[in-house]
Amino acid sequence: MVLGAHSRSTAVVSEKLRAPWLLSGLLAVACATAASLLIGPADIEISAVLLELTDRLPLIDVNSGLSPIHANIIWEVRLPRVVLGALVGATLAISGASYQAVFRNPLADPYLLGAAAGAGLGATIAIVTGSGDGMGTFDTVPLLAFVGSLAAVALTYFLGYSSGVRRSPAALLLAGVAVASFLTAIQTFIQQRNVETIRQVYTWILGRLNTASWGEVSLLAPYALLASLVILLHRRTLDVMRLGDAEASSVGIRPQLVRLIVIIAASLGTAAAVAVSGLIAFVGLIVPHTVRLLAGSSNRIVLPLSMMFGAAFLMFVDLVGRTIASPTEIPIGVITAFCGAPFFVVVLRSNRRSLG
Amino acid sequence: MRVCEIENVSVRAGRATLLDDVSIGVSAGEWVTIVGPNGAGKTTLLSVMAGLMSSAGTVSIYGHNLADLSPRQRARQLAYVPQQPEVPPGMTVNSYVLLGRTPHLPLLGVEGPRDFGIVEDVLDGLDLVGFGYRNLESLSGGELQRCHLARAIAQATPIVFMDEPVTSLDLGHQQQALDLIERLRQERQITVIMTMHDLTLAAQYSDRIILLSGGQVVAEGAPAQVLESSHLSTLYAARVKVLKVGEDVVVVPISSQKRRQ
Repeated sequence: MVLGAHSRSTAVVSEKLRAPWLLSGLLAVACATAASLLIGPADIEISAVLLELTDRLPLIDVNSGLSPIHANIIWEVRLPRVVLGALVGATLAISGASYQAVFRNPLADPYLLGAAAGAGLGATIAIVTGSGDGMGTFDTVPLLAFVGSLAAVALTYFLGYSSGVRRSPAALLLAGVAVASFLTAIQTFIQQRNVETIRQVYTWILGRLNTASWGEVSLLAPYALLASLVILLHRRTLDVMRLGDAEASSVGIRPQLVRLIVIIAASLGTAAAVAVSGLIAFVGLIVPHTVRLLAGSSNRIVLPLSMMFGAAFLMFVDLVGRTIASPTEIPIGVITAFCGAPFFVVVLRSNRRSLG
Repeated sequence: MRVCEIENVSVRAGRATLLDDVSIGVSAGEWVTIVGPNGAGKTTLLSVMAGLMSSAGTVSIYGHNLADLSPRQRARQLAYVPQQPEVPPGMTVNSYVLLGRTPHLPLLGVEGPRDFGIVEDVLDGLDLVGFGYRNLESLSGGELQRCHLARAIAQATPIVFMDEPVTSLDLGHQQQALDLIERLRQERQITVIMTMHDLTLAAQYSDRIILLSGGQVVAEGAPAQVLESSHLSTLYAARVKVLKVGEDVVVVPISSQKRRQ
């Protein structure tokens, strides 16, 4: 016993995601997935859902007794929505965590560099030009939202870089504020000129998963995976970045380059998430902070746990949004703030660890 | 051989000249201290020598032009402790000191058992065993200073730069920190280049002192040669007397005439 206690206090190991936290993250994802699959307006027996899912496993053949319509609801309505929710939540949360790391700013979120405003403008243009009514086989709303989002971040980076980002990353943040305001102004102008589409634009801005299909999942998945992979590979480098640019450089990394790579990865992921789900605020800000307060501040812990809890949080929130006032759906962005804000205040008050 | 050499280095910021045609060489194993009044260019000179600030003129280590080295190659040769290092919130001492291993890891790699061993060794040598799981924010000034030093030592470089490492410490902790640096220098054959405000301490620990004023080297040499009351009075605009107490050169401030009356 004594020897064990001694070796614990002297042995040096790096911080890593410990088993209890890994398990609770996986458990949260599993619970949220199960609940989202089992609960819905179509009255399907829980046991039948489980049998239907088991049936699709390799080498297992059981009869769930579900009608083709009910089976279809599970495979084409609930499951893509669950998967899309998980991908969007994970992507927004890890992107937010990585933005907070490269800017060393606790208020950074994935929309910081104008991604939301750019996507909003793109979606508004698609909707008012009538091509984005969602009825055609090819919907231009996600495409223009994606392009708008990336263009906005690129514009921010260009402006920030030309105005002294070498001296301070704050120049980039200020450029982000300017670009976001500018694009929002254009978006508002276009929207005011086309009041008949205001409801559609508004619905998009509040965020939703109710149009989820496998098509949207396949649109988001490659970007989500790429972004997460690149960010996770930089987990230790992002810890070095916590020393600030000058000291990070003195231990041998290139802070400007790391910041650029991580911003590109996170912005691709965010743009793809926004394109399929609209603007879901709060997830990228609150999930990483909650994880940081509870589990530790190293990015080796914060990044993977943010993904898991971000996925679980968004699935859960979507479940609440579509059941609480059923058959009406409450916009997911409303629920994220409504559930997330009080929870975060509780965590913040009950914990003395510092943010950052 | 000169481990670190700068020739005709000048740094300008707008119209101000921070360094004006400075040339210095430092030999292996030497302890060189840069002194001078506030605004003399001490920190600028140190940053330029450490390759963290660009300048006109040449800066080389071991005969290689510093500008030609990648940040990684540079970080394997020299460590730098700034005047007020960042203290990342929520970071433990272990994690902080392990960051010093960065230039020795593969790109995007993480630490292995060898790095853990090196850091254990460093923490042991700096009397930081038992602090490993403490948060940096919970440490005292002296303990924190040892952590910054530990990170630089864990970097395992032959040259260590320190910008006023003891300015914020009390007298006892100043001596402890400098004794520690001296011991590490002996044990690990490190070349130490630092800036310091306290001239008496600078004289006690340094092999050589470089006196800087207005971005120029005013005097350079053994402590007793450089610390000479007449030009210290002029440069610092201070009333000082340089005394010899046993082996030590002691720089003492003298009170004003008004105050005595």
